[in-house]
Amino acid sequence: MKILVAVKRVVDHNVRIRVRPDGSGVETAGVRMSMNPFCKHAVEAAVQLAEKVGASEIVVVSIGPKPATDVILTALAMGAHRGMRIQTDAELETLAIAKLLAKVVAEEQPDLVLLGKQAVDDDSNHVGQMLAALLDWPQATFASAINPTGDGLEVTREVDWGRETVALPLPAVVTADLRLNTPRNAALPMVMKARSKPLAVRPVEDFGVDLTPRLRVDSVSPPPDRAAGKTVGNVADLARLIADDVADLEAL
Amino acid sequence: MALDGARLLGVNRVLVGQGADLAAGLPDSIVPLLAGLAPQYTYIVAAAAAAGRDLMPRLAAKLDLMPITDVVSIEAPNRFVRPIYAGNALQTVVSDQKQNLLTLRASAFRPTGLGDAAPIEPLPHAPVASAARIIAAHRTESDSPDLSTAQIVVGGGVSVGSAEGFKLIEQLAKTLGAAVGATRAAVDAGYAPNDWQVGQTGKIIAPDLYIAVGISGALQHLAGIQGAKRIIAINSDPEAPLSKMADAVLVGDLFTIVPALIAELDRLGVKR
Repeated sequence: MKILVAVKRVVDHNVRIRVRPDGSGVETAGVRMSMNPFCKHAVEAAVQLAEKVGASEIVVVSIGPKPATDVILTALAMGAHRGMRIQTDAELETLAIAKLLAKVVAEEQPDLVLLGKQAVDDDSNHVGQMLAALLDWPQATFASAINPTGDGLEVTREVDWGRETVALPLPAVVTADLRLNTPRNAALPMVMKARSKPLAVRPVEDFGVDLTPRLRVDSVSPPPDRAAGKTVGNVADLARLIADDVADLEAL
Repeated sequence: MALDGARLLGVNRVLVGQGADLAAGLPDSIVPLLAGLAPQYTYIVAAAAAAGRDLMPRLAAKLDLMPITDVVSIEAPNRFVRPIYAGNALQTVVSDQKQNLLTLRASAFRPTGLGDAAPIEPLPHAPVASAARIIAAHRTESDSPDLSTAQIVVGGGVSVGSAEGFKLIEQLAKTLGAAVGATRAAVDAGYAPNDWQVGQTGKIIAPDLYIAVGISGALQHLAGIQGAKRIIAINSDPEAPLSKMADAVLVGDLFTIVPALIAELDRLGVKR
């Protein structure tokens, strides 16, 4: 099975972000960056699938400036075989990303594309679904389990009312949710080995995709502050507070 | 569903697509139908829930539109506000596209009222069979209100300690006619079902009252409750992020406080 995994470099999810005072965006200069957590689950899922079905190749792709190489190396250290970075310094919209990935799929002809369900910077949750549309492939989003069957995959998805399992023929697009697996931390020898794995760098222009943004970001602002609260002394006081709140609701 | 939709104020017409191909809710059969309808509309809108998140980006790519998702405020016909970075920043975007495809956070908008019944019309379509097939569904059975739209939500964290412990959270919720929520850690630990998860990757809620029990307040969870009007925390740690952001906090052991609170609410005659 040939698997393509798309990964994104984002502000590390443990960093408390700061909105630039001029409203132009979120400060990323000098901030710790790492692989988007959902992408890590996608890489881990690819490695586990390859272990299960054998005879697989995992290609990992990231779109971004030079430092995006770091997240490709992380994926290679986790067990991916080969990397590709599409060089661009521009911040691309999800639609443009999906179009670029569709071109990569046309070149690489994978059986499966795995992605994280969303990136924790823009929280879009678009690219997997868009890519599936452009390829006319079936999709299974928000996966919490992936099991290979004879001719395809069984994917369990987390939905609003619980979980559902779909039988998915290949080729297909699957996006990873957080309960899919526990991503491995690559041991040092794997990290060293990753540096010798093939990693191609391709200029974004190679793919002939119109990258013109469709939306204009007017401003970015911090959310409104919450006023400081108070400490309640005992259960009786707390119950009275809640009772008052409930009475207010009933009065509406 | 069609009847409910037809009675909503502002709805002019309800189109009903029927057929086995659509019933399964699989995006590769539904999106072609929606894509066929789309050219007649300026705005194509869905709720930012699991179905909308699954379908709308696929539809957008089919229509070559850049979707604007998780919208929390519409400031002008082409100007929308959406949270980014787990709600730690708000992004205002302007679209000059001829059509706009949106998903809206239900918790950020007031529901519309009821009006005259709009006509319901069948929507003939050529069925498109999905390549995928649903083979199992695990529906979480619950008689509590819907988490995404509940007025009161009681949430439990990993300190609740067990699925058994969550019964206590459910009991408090029942007293208040509230929905039950959980943190990612509590769901990961198997104490609560996945569809109770509130946070960046779970459900986004904006109840009038959120009671957080034994929840320290990971960024991931706070992202899901920022719209709550009032927050009450019950926590052993007064320095926990959630204790600090709450409107009121009672510091102590949840296993002592919650049963006493239920008894006290009963004594005060609180019942919804």
